[in-house]
Amino acid sequence: MLNNTHKPLSHLDWLEAEAIHILREVAGQCSNPVLLFSGGKDSLCILRLAEKAFRPGRFPFPLLHIDTGHNYQEVIDFRDQRAAELGERLIVRSLEDSMKRGTIVLKNPDEPRNKHQSVTLLEAIEEFGFDCCIGGARRDEEKARAKERIMSFRDEFGQWDPKNQRPELWNLYNARSHKGENIRAFPISNWTEMDVWQYIERENLALPSIYFAHQRDVFMRGGAIFPANVPLANGEVINQPKNGEEIINMQVRFRTVGDITCTAPVISDADSVSKIVVETATTTITERGATRLDDQTSDASMEQRKKEGYF
Amino acid sequence: MSSTNTTLNANNHNDSLLRFMTCGSVDDGKSTLIGRLLFDTKTILADTLTQISNTSKKRGMEAVDLSLLTDGLQAEREQGITIDVAYRYFSTGTRKYIIADAPGHEQYTRNMVTAASTANLAIILIDARRGVLTQTRRHSYLAHLVGIQHIVVAVNKMDLVNYDQAVYDKICADYLAFAKEIGFAQSREIRFIPMSALNGDMLVDRLDNMPWYTNETLLEILESAPAAHIDADEEFRFPVQFVCRPHASADADLHDFRGFMGRIESGNIAVGDAVTVLPNGYQSTIKAIQLGDVQLQEAQTEQSVTLLLADEIDTSRGDMIVKSSSAIQPVKQIEATVCWLSETPLSPARTYIIRHTTRESKAKVGTISYKVDVNTLEQQPTSDLKMNDIARIQFKLAQPLMVDSYNNNRATGAFIVIDESTNNTVGAGMIV
Repeated sequence: MLNNTHKPLSHLDWLEAEAIHILREVAGQCSNPVLLFSGGKDSLCILRLAEKAFRPGRFPFPLLHIDTGHNYQEVIDFRDQRAAELGERLIVRSLEDSMKRGTIVLKNPDEPRNKHQSVTLLEAIEEFGFDCCIGGARRDEEKARAKERIMSFRDEFGQWDPKNQRPELWNLYNARSHKGENIRAFPISNWTEMDVWQYIERENLALPSIYFAHQRDVFMRGGAIFPANVPLANGEVINQPKNGEEIINMQVRFRTVGDITCTAPVISDADSVSKIVVETATTTITERGATRLDDQTSDASMEQRKKEGYF
Repeated sequence: MSSTNTTLNANNHNDSLLRFMTCGSVDDGKSTLIGRLLFDTKTILADTLTQISNTSKKRGMEAVDLSLLTDGLQAEREQGITIDVAYRYFSTGTRKYIIADAPGHEQYTRNMVTAASTANLAIILIDARRGVLTQTRRHSYLAHLVGIQHIVVAVNKMDLVNYDQAVYDKICADYLAFAKEIGFAQSREIRFIPMSALNGDMLVDRLDNMPWYTNETLLEILESAPAAHIDADEEFRFPVQFVCRPHASADADLHDFRGFMGRIESGNIAVGDAVTVLPNGYQSTIKAIQLGDVQLQEAQTEQSVTLLLADEIDTSRGDMIVKSSSAIQPVKQIEATVCWLSETPLSPARTYIIRHTTRESKAKVGTISYKVDVNTLEQQPTSDLKMNDIARIQFKLAQPLMVDSYNNNRATGAFIVIDESTNNTVGAGMIV
């Protein structure tokens, strides 16, 4: 052997190498893939991985954001800025457009919109003829995800059938699909929240400011912290407290970035990535448990949404 | 959660990663074992614990049922069994672990093979009250077949046999006798450990119920097990995944850039090494190795890199770059042990697709020599192959493949069989 200092890769190097391999398999096997990019921490990691996978070339796929209309303005700005810096094409499709078309009907205007993203996503898939969507989902996030493949097959209706998944062996991924069907590819399936933060720290990745501790008006509802009176890009103000709900100014940060109406911040003084790494190591609540109000409806709510075409 | 462990995790500089699998049936306490590992390494957070503790109470159990941690899908929760491979994660601060949790029922051979395909170590669970059973033989054979180098035989439920050393010793002796019989003991490292996953004896904590056992605890074994590839002396194999040619770039320096992107499946490579590009056999030398914007002098197994060659060679996805000193001959016929994964039986009349590394070929079944009874390990003549069957098959290929035997190289010895009409993955093959 030429190399006498043959050591195993560190866990971050290994995870990075695996993710790059997966991204390149998507590029090699699929004819029209797309990378879902929200401006959130997981998709920012994937952008860095895509740079490592494909530079000095262009990415072999555009970026797509499904905008619920309930996103923090600083995240949207960050999303646009990052896409511009990379010089890659960003496509945005919004739930508002699906609502105008009548394909999304809300039961009430304040309803969390996360689950409706599937409709707009499927419409975008059809509009552009994408055969694969790359996403930042991780198996450690939720019980149903722990069993999902790295290349996960969806039928013509975007449905995931957990009992009928393609076996996935070695690193021989099968991303084949017929017209109308779709593959969801998850390059960071094997990463945990801790791995993500350690990678952000190591790669010195920039993040939207709301991930870091900041002062914010909030109120309590059902045991969770709600950000209060959040202005949207269209001038609307959402998350207005009801009678009896008192506004408090607290130091908080977001562990995950999603629909404003169902993503709760956590109390934190972590104002740097290294402090967040320490906080992540010492937390006693899971990422979704602390912050995703839409997963707590039932034991199986994520599985249900995924069957319906959710990411 | 304890403060000692949080300090450990805060300095979380895992210097390696280990993938392992657990083999056992519901009754062996496999889910409890995994739940216990996650719990004792403080991986389970308070809200998850509250959730499973509520479920345990709802089901009328006295203590928290740790096995609930690994019940993923709704159907499984309803039936109380595990029907698919699930992946779990924990970290000790020195190492990150990925567990492939495979169900052990007979009808789920395919899940065990799937889980084993990415594992470097297998924990085979034995119920101390029952000893070595048919399923133990099946699990061991499959771990052996899929090339897992490190086996830990965990004799569980020692609490139910009064932590009796004589029971443990007898099971170890029985297992070793069987392992020798199938030629398993010679080529692998087998370790034994008595434990009670329910109580936590010998998993993360030693506890004091078995003073007669002075060897390593399960976690100590896991911490010291070699990670994949490091002890292997394998040849350099680099299947090309993607070719980067940014000739339309605004940067004129890039107009002649031609980078071959892929993951080093085995061995290592350095700038200046003489290489051959297969199947065409073109020769060149390595001009540069890149990882992102970093220039490397050398690179090793499992790294995803971009290789630049000194000569302009027409190379595309599916080609393989090897060292000229260890070139392989492309073949158009292969013999392999195949595990059938699909509910639709293999049809010898049909044409299938074989995906091997980054290359695909149409394939026709030549002869089926025999199938293996995974319980008795007997070879039986057969003309068909149903789900969970394992058989020795010859394939004729439309395109040449660059293969090694699976025993020498898991990456270039493995392939999957795809049904062209459904695009489903229907078989897993290991080249003889």
